Amino acid sequence: MSKLFFKNPIVKHAVQTALSLLAFAFVGTLMLAYVFDITRAPIEASEKEARLALFAQILPKGNYDNDLLKTTVQIPANAQLGNLQPSTANVAKINNKTVAVILEAIAHDGYSGDIKLLIALRADGTISGVRVLAHKETPGLGDYIDIAHGDWIKLFNNESVHKTPEAQWQVKKDGGKFDYMVGATITPRAVVKAVLKATQFFEANKATLFSIQTTQAEKLAQ
Amino acid sequence: MSNIYKEIVENGLWKQNPGVVQLLGLCPTLAVTTTAVNGISLGLATALVMAASNGAVSPVRKWIASEIRVPVFILVIAALVTVIDLSINAFAHPLHKVLGIFIPLIVVNCIVLARVESFAAKNAPVPSILDGLMMGIGLTLVLALLGAMREIFGRGTLFSGLDLVFGPAAKQFILTVIPDYHGFLLAVLPPGAFLGLGILIAGRNWLELRKAAKTSAPTHPLKPALSH
Repeated sequence: MSKLFFKNPIVKHAVQTALSLLAFAFVGTLMLAYVFDITRAPIEASEKEARLALFAQILPKGNYDNDLLKTTVQIPANAQLGNLQPSTANVAKINNKTVAVILEAIAHDGYSGDIKLLIALRADGTISGVRVLAHKETPGLGDYIDIAHGDWIKLFNNESVHKTPEAQWQVKKDGGKFDYMVGATITPRAVVKAVLKATQFFEANKATLFSIQTTQAEKLAQ
Repeated sequence: MSNIYKEIVENGLWKQNPGVVQLLGLCPTLAVTTTAVNGISLGLATALVMAASNGAVSPVRKWIASEIRVPVFILVIAALVTVIDLSINAFAHPLHKVLGIFIPLIVVNCIVLARVESFAAKNAPVPSILDGLMMGIGLTLVLALLGAMREIFGRGTLFSGLDLVFGPAAKQFILTVIPDYHGFLLAVLPPGAFLGLGILIAGRNWLELRKAAKTSAPTHPLKPALSH
């Protein structure tokens, strides 16, 4: 009965077809597994390098002696940082003493979509540097917040809430101290606000952020 | 024999150009061509995938039953694209950051499947590889032209982002075509891609019409061109 069943030309064709599809899938999987294996280390290395190069822009090397990528604090979703998801802060130390913290913040009120920011704050509360990680602002208009299209973001260097009163943390058009480009005010307005809020978060949580002495990731109690 | 190869090259680059004649794979054509470098990079990656997928399918074409050919083709293409995606990520990381999401999209670029289906599934490996490569280069030319047009009109530069591909030393090759240019936003935004592609198609059609008029008009003014 079963022999007859497999001799049926339709069944035979179906089985052959299925087997050949399986063979292609098998060869494809083998190939992918092999390439994944040999590229995994270089990809990890270049991602790490890219991350460190970004950190070096806002917190020059030599300002810390620890492994920034391994010394992290998990920060739960926080309205002040604009993070809807938990984020990771990298802690810079010298002789196991915290000297700076790198925070991720998101501005939701940009001209189009979220603006992701990376902000490095020194222990005294001054900003070491800010960079835009990702944005969807209009090319050629609002994208000057990106270091690739202008130096505007460097205005934040060495700023702090102690140096500049909160009312001054606005673009010049709104009566603040921050320059902007005519025709694109919404974008810098959102960035200034997000940086201010991140700085305030840093001041409010300084004690907790700095109390972490180990080089292991720890949870920030909220 | 050499006639076949000549025809394959002509088809890929001009007669059946995927970008301006077949109009296949418009998604990356329109999305990526904000600069010349982006266009060329994605074009070359696509050409590589097309040559590889045509080359992979052609030798085994007799063992692929027609009922399952589309899943097999997609499987081959997807595997090859993933290999290229991982390789670029590992060995040209900055470029991967720029082209990032568009490389996986090569899988769904219908020009790749179209060439596998209509050429590699019926022809020997060497012509198939050449066909994939030439179609890919034909697409690359369109992407490069469109990218250059949009970049010059949109930003006033040419080859910006070259340093992302070849390292910081390549920065000196970036040309400022129009100094002190304030940018023309329309060219950079998606509508600029549609307009630019329209101009390229019109330009190609104009050249073809002129050629047809030259060859047929003097002798047989009322008869259609011989090729039809």
